Amino acid sequence: MEELYALELIHKGKRIDGRKFDEFRAIEISTNIISTAEGSAKVKFGETEVIAGVKIGTGKPFPDTPDRGILIVNTEFTPMASPEFEAGPPSENAVELSRIVDRGIRESDAIELDKLCLVEGENVFSTFVDIHIINHHGNLQDAASLASIAALRNARLPKLENDKIVRGEYDKPLPVAFTPINITVSKVGDNFILDPNYDEEKILDSKLSISVRDDDKICALQKQGVNEIKFEDIERMLDTAIEKSKELRKLV
Amino acid sequence: MKEEKLMVDGKRIDGRLPEQLRDIKMKLNVVTRANGSAEVKFGKTTAIASVHGPRALFPRYLQESGTGILRIRYNMAPFSVNDRKSPGPDRRSTEISKVIRLALGPTIFLEDFPKITIDGFAEIIEADGSTRVTAINALSLALAAAGIPMEDLVASCSVGKIDGTLVVDLNGKEDNNSEADMAFAMLPNKGVISLLQMDGALTKKEVLKLLQSAKESCMKIYEMQIKVLKDFYKGE
Repeated sequence: MEELYALELIHKGKRIDGRKFDEFRAIEISTNIISTAEGSAKVKFGETEVIAGVKIGTGKPFPDTPDRGILIVNTEFTPMASPEFEAGPPSENAVELSRIVDRGIRESDAIELDKLCLVEGENVFSTFVDIHIINHHGNLQDAASLASIAALRNARLPKLENDKIVRGEYDKPLPVAFTPINITVSKVGDNFILDPNYDEEKILDSKLSISVRDDDKICALQKQGVNEIKFEDIERMLDTAIEKSKELRKLV
Repeated sequence: MKEEKLMVDGKRIDGRLPEQLRDIKMKLNVVTRANGSAEVKFGKTTAIASVHGPRALFPRYLQESGTGILRIRYNMAPFSVNDRKSPGPDRRSTEISKVIRLALGPTIFLEDFPKITIDGFAEIIEADGSTRVTAINALSLALAAAGIPMEDLVASCSVGKIDGTLVVDLNGKEDNNSEADMAFAMLPNKGVISLLQMDGALTKKEVLKLLQSAKESCMKIYEMQIKVLKDFYKGE
C-alpha cells in the first residue's frame, strides 16, 4: 500500500520521505573495511546497504586479450537483504546488475587492465569484484556501482614472489584511471526521479541506467523496467545523470 | 589491439557506407511445429525464432491471475561462433533474454491471457555481430505469425562508433573493435524505445545522434517486416 501513497505524492510533486525528485538519500561510504580483501567499500543510501570486496589473484588471461588483466564482477542478492530474495544461483536481476556494473567499469577503461599483465598469454592479475547486498531498500544498481568503484579505488595489488602471491603484503595501488558513476534515472508519469526507495521502485514506469565518466562521456546505458521510453526523454535523462554524477564522484 | 582499420575512404570493411544496413532476409513459418516462427538474417548473422502459445503455464505457482506472462530464451548454438561456445545458459544470455523480453513485452496484450504463457525462443545459428537485435526482429515476426494480439511490431537494430565514425548494423569484427555499440529496439507506430543498451565511450551529442540513425534504420526494417507478413498471407 505504501507504493500507492508514494505514487499519489509524486503526482503532487512530493516524495514519500520528503526528498526532492533529484535528491539522493543520505549517502555513506566507508572504505577499506575488510582486511582480508585487497580493496573494499560499504555504501549506504539511507537504509539500502551494499558491500563490495575486491580480491586479486593471478591466472591465465582470456585468449582474446592475452596482454590484459581480467575483471570479473559478481553479485549476491543474499536472502537476508529482502524477503523476495532466495538462496541459490544468481537470479536474472542479479546477473543484470553485475553486468551493468561491469560495463560501467570496463567500458570507461577505469582499470588500466594493460598494466595488469605479468607474462603475456601466460599470467595476469585477475580482479574480482564481489558485490554483497546486505539490505535492499531500493536503487541497488547505483549503490552497487558506487561501492564497486570505491572498493577498486582503494584496492592494492598483492606482492609477488616468483610469480606467486604473498598474501597480506602489498606492492602498489591497483591502477585506476577513472571514476565512472552510475546514475539510474527513473520516470513516474511525467516526473523524473533519482534514487527511488523500495516503495517507489514498485511504481516506476521505466528507468535508464547511465554510467558517466569523469570527462562526462557516457560509458554504458541500459533501459530497464517494463514500459517504453520516449525519444524526447533521453536528453533530459542524460543531462540529469551527467549533473548528478559529479556530486557522487566527489564522495569516492 | 586493433590490427586493421575498420573505415577506409569512408567505407567499411564489408564495403558498406556508415548508414547502410547489411543485406537483410526475412522468412516466415520456418518451424512448422510452432504456433509462429521466423528466420531473420542480417548478413551472415542468422536467428531462428519460434513462438509457442498462448498455452497453459505449469508449474501452477508461476501463473499470474491478472495477466499472462511472456517467457523468452535467447540461445547461441555452440557452432555459431569461431571458438565453440559451450552450450547452455550463461550470464550473457541470461541478461539478453531478459532485455529481449522487456523489449517485446510492451506490444503484447498480455492482460488478455490470465494464467497463460507465451513462450518465445530465439536460436542464433550463425553469429556475425548484432545477434540480439536480429533475434528481436525474428521474435517480433514470429509473434505476429502466431497470431498473438499485438499493439505494434518491434523493429530492432544496432548502431555504434568505429574508427571515429557513427555507423549502423555492426558486423562481428566491427562489434569487437568498436569504440561504442548500442542495441536498440522501438515500436515503430507508437514511436517509443523498448530496448536501449550501450557500452563504450560517447559524448551526449553522439548518443543522441546514434539514436536518430537507429530510429531511421528501424523504420526501414519495419517496412521489410510488414512486407514479408503481407506477402506471406497473400500467398495463403
